[in-house]
Amino acid sequence: MSMLPSRWRQDESYDEKVEKMKLNAVRKQLWATIVCGIILGMYVGCAKTEPAAETMASAASAPTGISPKSFADAVHAVMMADRTVYATHVVTNLKKQSAPVSPSEYWESEEHKIPLPAQMFRMGAEIVNKNAEAGFNYGLKSKWPLNPQNKAASEMEVKGLDYVAEHKGENFYGEEEIEGKKYFMAVYADKAVAEACWDCHNNHENRGDDYPEFKKDDVMGGVIVRVPMP
Amino acid sequence: MLLKRSLIIWIGLSVGLSAALSWALPGEATSSSWQLIFLPGETTHGHYQIELKCSACHDAWMGMKKDACEDCHQKELDASRDTHPKSKFDDPTKKGLLKKIDAQTCVTCHAEHEPERTHPMGVSVPLDYCVYCHEDIGNDRPSHEGMSFSSCATAGCHNYHDNTALYEKFLYDHRDEPDFRETMSVLTRDSAINTGERLEAEQQNGPPGSERETGVIKDWSETAHAAAGVNCQDCHLVETDGKSKGEPAVFDWSDQWSMKACEKCHASEVTSFGMGKHGMRLASGLSAMSPKMARLPMKSHALHAELSCVSCHQGHRFDTKQAAVDACLNCHNDEHSLAYLSSSHYDAWKEELAGQRGFGEGVSCATCHMPRFKNDEGVVEVEHNQNGNLEPNEKMIRSVCFNCHGLGLTLDSLASVDAIKDCFSKKPQSHIESIDMAVARLKSKLDARARRVGQPTTKSP
Repeated sequence: MSMLPSRWRQDESYDEKVEKMKLNAVRKQLWATIVCGIILGMYVGCAKTEPAAETMASAASAPTGISPKSFADAVHAVMMADRTVYATHVVTNLKKQSAPVSPSEYWESEEHKIPLPAQMFRMGAEIVNKNAEAGFNYGLKSKWPLNPQNKAASEMEVKGLDYVAEHKGENFYGEEEIEGKKYFMAVYADKAVAEACWDCHNNHENRGDDYPEFKKDDVMGGVIVRVPMP
Repeated sequence: MLLKRSLIIWIGLSVGLSAALSWALPGEATSSSWQLIFLPGETTHGHYQIELKCSACHDAWMGMKKDACEDCHQKELDASRDTHPKSKFDDPTKKGLLKKIDAQTCVTCHAEHEPERTHPMGVSVPLDYCVYCHEDIGNDRPSHEGMSFSSCATAGCHNYHDNTALYEKFLYDHRDEPDFRETMSVLTRDSAINTGERLEAEQQNGPPGSERETGVIKDWSETAHAAAGVNCQDCHLVETDGKSKGEPAVFDWSDQWSMKACEKCHASEVTSFGMGKHGMRLASGLSAMSPKMARLPMKSHALHAELSCVSCHQGHRFDTKQAAVDACLNCHNDEHSLAYLSSSHYDAWKEELAGQRGFGEGVSCATCHMPRFKNDEGVVEVEHNQNGNLEPNEKMIRSVCFNCHGLGLTLDSLASVDAIKDCFSKKPQSHIESIDMAVARLKSKLDARARRVGQPTTKSP
């Protein structure tokens, strides 16, 4: 008896004590159910209000958000600006000064060479493509690739490269699905701007007999920007 | 009664076995030979040294650690200008190719613990793997029409990662080279650090009584260490107290030696030593590699040696010439190593030692397996990862063979199993046609260009 809780009255019978314990247990369960119910109700209520807030936010931001087309146009503008600066102020400037360093396709294995502007562009694309946070891909491809890896790799790419080659001054925009994922795709014409470009391409050892003789302002390929869509 | 006894024995055995397995469970800081029972299969020759350090590659639940492969191999892949980097397949249009073979995951081709399907180069996919993406190669290269896809990665033709000495223009540019170059060119080593003033024997700063160690002092005084002002205490003072209590460190003299002492001036050498088979156990926190653990034949007298800096650069002379040949042959007992002693490379080495040839005109084991290279700061270092240029062996072309030999002999030699076995004592019997194919193709392109320049096409894009 000495082990029993002190609040138990000594005069209660054993059966009474058991009855009381059962009652206490039921009472506790009831309270627990009520508390759980309140918590669950609050959670469901909050969960319901959250999507509503999101919807409002997206509805509010939709008109001012950046469309995939605007995004693609913007990143393409940055890409071309950087490439132009490299071609004009680095490569051409070195040539003007008859510098002992010159651009070469094989810059990695030859002495005193730097990457060609197109290679600089591709290396940048590789870094962006590796960066999961960038959230988009881009590349330089052509209907007449000297490296077979740079040929169009999807129907939409074929269509886009054809379009920019046939419609001077226009860009191509479209959507495509690859392995179950939707993408917005933009293709921008890549033109022959410096003699070094077409001279090297026209005389490259990888060109086939049916390779075009490029000249100034000809479309030699296209910059493909691909943005994943929800 | 019998049932009860059996039950007790069964429970006892189960508890005992569970306890034993739990004790042997691989942990971050533990490594015991008991862990061998958890190995799912024999480890490849590139990783077996550290197979008891499960945490080197695996997480706590034995899954692959993120970047487990890249942590050790990415630098090497970058240096080899990897022709199939993961980024090559980031373009969404390449996803279809990845479904055929997941080229963005190292273990697709280099599965570990699967000896029954692993080839000597650590490749665990059928050797015709190139066919997945290059099945139409015959269209671009008619010379390749009909070739077996399992022959693409044959020595002298292509590699999956490293093609720095195998691409078409390189082959063309180095066509018709003589077997032996007129001049041999081996880089001269730069000192690790050379700021101190030369020390003489009597300037040694060992503990009292050191002056009686005349042999040791003489050896030291004649080394580059004494010449660079590196005195006894620079290597033999070790931290014994203080730091752990947050107080200034206390240093005491120790006759023992530590790799940390070497690392103070030779950090890059110690790092690259840790990347190779000689040092990867120490670098992983395991005991030192020993010839008795090796899978290659080793000399019986050396089986219990332990590999560290001084196993090849014995104190206090640290003789690099001794380290370049004698140290290797003290342990290695395979056909290639033994054949070196009857090769023209060894003859040239003996002549260099005798002063009959100039510096760098002899060929030691280290000349090929521990090549010198210029680091990013332009300092000439010695590669201490002696496995770094072995698989594939075409990695040796530019950094080693090219110093003395033309490309033709180099490709034929590296592709010949017999030539490797006899340590290139005889000219290889087989011929690799890579250069011939590159020359034929580029020549036809150049001829076409000449015809075109004479009569330009009128086609326009």
